[in-house]
Amino acid sequence: MKSSNPFALWRWEKMFGEWQMFGEGFLRTIEVAALALILALVLGIIFGVISTSNNKVMRGIARVYVEFFQNTPLVIQVFFMYNGLAIAGLRLSVFMIGVLGVGIYHGAYVSEVVKTGITSISVGQVEAAKSQGFTYIQYMRYIILPQTIKIILPPLTNQAVNLIKNTSVLAMISGFDLMYMADSWASSSLDYGPSYVFAGFLYFMLCFPLATWARKYEERLKRQDTARIPFEPSEEAVTC
Amino acid sequence: MLDVFMNVFTPSNVEFLAKGMVLTLTLSVSVVIISIIFGTILALLRTYEKRVFGKLAGFYIEMFRNTPLLLWILVCCFMIPYGTIVIRGGLALTLYTSAVIAEIVRGGLNSVAEGQFEAAKSQGFTLIQTLILIVLPQCFKSIIPSLLSQVITTVKDTSFLQVVAIPEYTRSGFVVMGRYTTTPEVFMIFALLAIGYFVICFSLSCVVRGYQKRSEIAR
Repeated sequence: MKSSNPFALWRWEKMFGEWQMFGEGFLRTIEVAALALILALVLGIIFGVISTSNNKVMRGIARVYVEFFQNTPLVIQVFFMYNGLAIAGLRLSVFMIGVLGVGIYHGAYVSEVVKTGITSISVGQVEAAKSQGFTYIQYMRYIILPQTIKIILPPLTNQAVNLIKNTSVLAMISGFDLMYMADSWASSSLDYGPSYVFAGFLYFMLCFPLATWARKYEERLKRQDTARIPFEPSEEAVTC
Repeated sequence: MLDVFMNVFTPSNVEFLAKGMVLTLTLSVSVVIISIIFGTILALLRTYEKRVFGKLAGFYIEMFRNTPLLLWILVCCFMIPYGTIVIRGGLALTLYTSAVIAEIVRGGLNSVAEGQFEAAKSQGFTLIQTLILIVLPQCFKSIIPSLLSQVITTVKDTSFLQVVAIPEYTRSGFVVMGRYTTTPEVFMIFALLAIGYFVICFSLSCVVRGYQKRSEIAR
C-alpha cells in the first residue's frame, strides 16, 4: 500500500525518473530569459537615453512606451500576442512570444532605471564633453553611460530576477517552460507536491545568486559612499 | 466601427466586466493591506532579531522573492484543501507580496538613524513603543513611493489569478472574448482590458511622481 502523503517518497522517485522533462523546461526558461534580457537591455538603453534627450517628440515616444507597458499587466500583453495577433493573422511561436512579450515589458522598467542613472550624472559632465567637441552619441557612449553602470547595476540585476520569474507567464500559453512542464507533470501524475517543490527549487537556483549579489553590491556601494577617509598627517607635518 | 462598439458593449457584457473589475479591486486592496502588516512584521524580525525568528523571516523572504508568483498561485489553489478559490488565490498573492513589501520596509528601517533607539530608551520608551511610535512612522514616510509602486505591481499581478479561473477583470475579459470571432471585436476587448488596468495604475503612478516631486522640493 503506497502512502497517500502528497510528499511521499515514491512520488519523488517517480518524478526524478522523469527528470528530463524538468531539464527541458529549465533549459527553455533559461533561453527565453537570456534572450528577453538582451532585448530588454537594448530597448531599455535606447528608450532610457531618448527619454533624457532635449527633443520633445523623442521624449514623448519614450514616455508612451514606458507608461503603456508599465501600467498594463504582462498577462494581457502576452495573451494579446498569442490570441489577438493570431486572430489578426500574425502567428508567432510561443518561444517568440516569450522573448518579445517579457523583453518588451521589462524594457520599460530597464528604461526607467537607465533614465535615473543618466539624470544622476551631473550636468557639468555633459557641458564639459560638449565643450571638447563630443557629439551626442559620443558623449553618451564614452562619458555618461560608463558612469551610470555602477549606479544602475543593482536595480538592473533585480530587474533580471523579476524577468526570470515573469517568464513563467509562458506556462499560461503552453510555452514549454519550466513552470509549464512542472504543472503538466503535476496534473498528469497528480504528484503536485514534489513537482512544485522541484520547480521552485530550480527557479530559486537561478534567482537567488543574482538577488544576493545585487544586495551585497549595493550595500558595498553605500559603505563606500559614506566611508570616512582616515586622516594621515603628511611627513612634513610630522617633522615640523 | 460603431457596430463593433455596439456589439461589444452590450449591457450584460458591461455588467460582467464591471463585476470582474470590482473583484480585481477588492482583491488588490485586501492583499495590499494584509501584506503591509505581515511584511512589516517580517521586516522588523529580519532587521532587529538576528536569531531564530530573524533567520526564519529571512528564509521566508528569500524563498518568496526568488520564485515566481505563478508557482505560488498553483500551489495554493491545488494543494490547499480549504477555502474558496478566490481566498486561496488571494492567499498566494498575499504570501508573495508580503515578502516583497518586507524588503521595502527593511530598506526604510535601515534609513532610520541608530541614535533614535538610544534617545527613545533614555526617555523610558519600551522596545514596542519605540518601534510603533518612533521608528515605523519615520520608516513609512521614506518608503511611501516604493510602497505605492508595489501597489501598482499588485494590481497588475492579480491578472495572474486568471490561470485558476478566478473571475477577476482579466478572466472576465477573456470569457467575454470567447464569444467573439472577428478581429476588431477581439481587439476592442483587449483594448478595454488594457485601459481598465491602465487607468488604475497610471493614476497611482501619477500620485507617486507627485509625491516624489513634493518631497524633493521640501528637501
